[in-house]
Amino acid sequence: MAEEKMTPNAAVGSSAENAYKGPETDRRGFFNWLSLGWLAYIGVTGGFFTMIVRFLFPNVLFEPPQTFKIGFPEDFSKNSVDVKFKKQYNAWIVRDEESIFALSTVCTHLGCTPNWLPVESKFKCPCHGSGFRMTGIHFEGPAPRPLERFKIGLSNDGQILVDKTKSFKWEKGEWENPESYLKV
Amino acid sequence: MAKEKNNKKSILETLGESQVWKSIIRSGVPRTRRQRMHAVLGSVFLHLHPARLPKHAVKLGYTWCMGGLSFFLFVNLTITGILLMFYYRPTVEYAYTDIIDLTEQVPLGIMRELHRWAAHAMVLVVWLHMLRVFMTGSYKPPREFNWGVGVLLMTMTMFLSFTGYLLPWDQLAIWAVTVGSNMARAHPFIGHEGPGASLLAIGDINLVHIGSDVRFALIGGRFVGEATLLRFYVIHCIAVPFIMMIFMAVHFWRIRKDGGISGPL
Repeated sequence: MAEEKMTPNAAVGSSAENAYKGPETDRRGFFNWLSLGWLAYIGVTGGFFTMIVRFLFPNVLFEPPQTFKIGFPEDFSKNSVDVKFKKQYNAWIVRDEESIFALSTVCTHLGCTPNWLPVESKFKCPCHGSGFRMTGIHFEGPAPRPLERFKIGLSNDGQILVDKTKSFKWEKGEWENPESYLKV
Repeated sequence: MAKEKNNKKSILETLGESQVWKSIIRSGVPRTRRQRMHAVLGSVFLHLHPARLPKHAVKLGYTWCMGGLSFFLFVNLTITGILLMFYYRPTVEYAYTDIIDLTEQVPLGIMRELHRWAAHAMVLVVWLHMLRVFMTGSYKPPREFNWGVGVLLMTMTMFLSFTGYLLPWDQLAIWAVTVGSNMARAHPFIGHEGPGASLLAIGDINLVHIGSDVRFALIGGRFVGEATLLRFYVIHCIAVPFIMMIFMAVHFWRIRKDGGISGPL
């Protein structure tokens, strides 16, 4: 007896009460539990992956708002480009003879930010040399189409309201849309 | 009916003998015991696990499943930890507010709690795993090396807990880590207040002082500050998990090599 206990047999565990005694559950019962188990597993993992995907979309963004007020129409002088909203809102405010409009600062070639050159009266992109007139129309370099304009209008307090969620493309004839400019 | 059965079989067979299947599974559809064993041994994920399980291995009353649960919690902590890294910035300016943001603004503020709860549970489960292995004598030869690996894994679990504790950057975290890292001052020879530290000197110039001892290396400064936060973040998110995964692979592989999971005699 004592000799038997001397043998290290931790891995095997083949004593008499461990021997196979036939199935404790029938086939139907086994499959019932199996399907229940799989359903629970799919439910839990599905729920967890839904949570993970939802987690990747934050509720609060630390970005400047898409809709913003820029001041009164008198603040902008005729035939000038205002660059003071470029850094925060990525928009130029342009006033010509009869209207004010907001130009997007995204170059239509590959998405760089052009600079306003007042002496040459054009927007010049530093990346590949695309050039745009004050109106936003492209005239040199690789840019395939003009800069886009944002929705612009007057708010109740008389200030100009720019809405970046809606943009107007010249090549689609959308600059004719009265929402794309402000008559002054 | 018979025709349909034949059709089904041939689809499975074509799939099993296709190049895509064979390139992934490395063998056809296993049909015999030998082929099944081969399929398990040929898979990098399955080969860490034994190809056959003794019946006692599934007895929860003996193993408590604590090793498996430790690994489960580690995987959980890895997933939730990676997700938290998308929103957390380890700087004095942002750390605390990012934690608040994670609980209150980011969807499912429970993600941070899941990470915290799993961390608490992992410490508990790892200790219970050690207790079970000790009580059943499973540290004895030929498993003594794996016990050593396990002790290292436990130490790393504790260190992960310690480094993670600083990251919320609130008063509790800062002072807990201040107190905890002060212990390193008293380390023999390499802590500047420890025994023997004054012996390491050239003439009257001390080699081990507050700006050069082991505590300085740990917290990256003379007190817990910006450098400590960044250092603990890198240790917590990259360094220790990386080393731990290597040791875990060895740990699981050695269980199989040392005769499988231990069972009642």
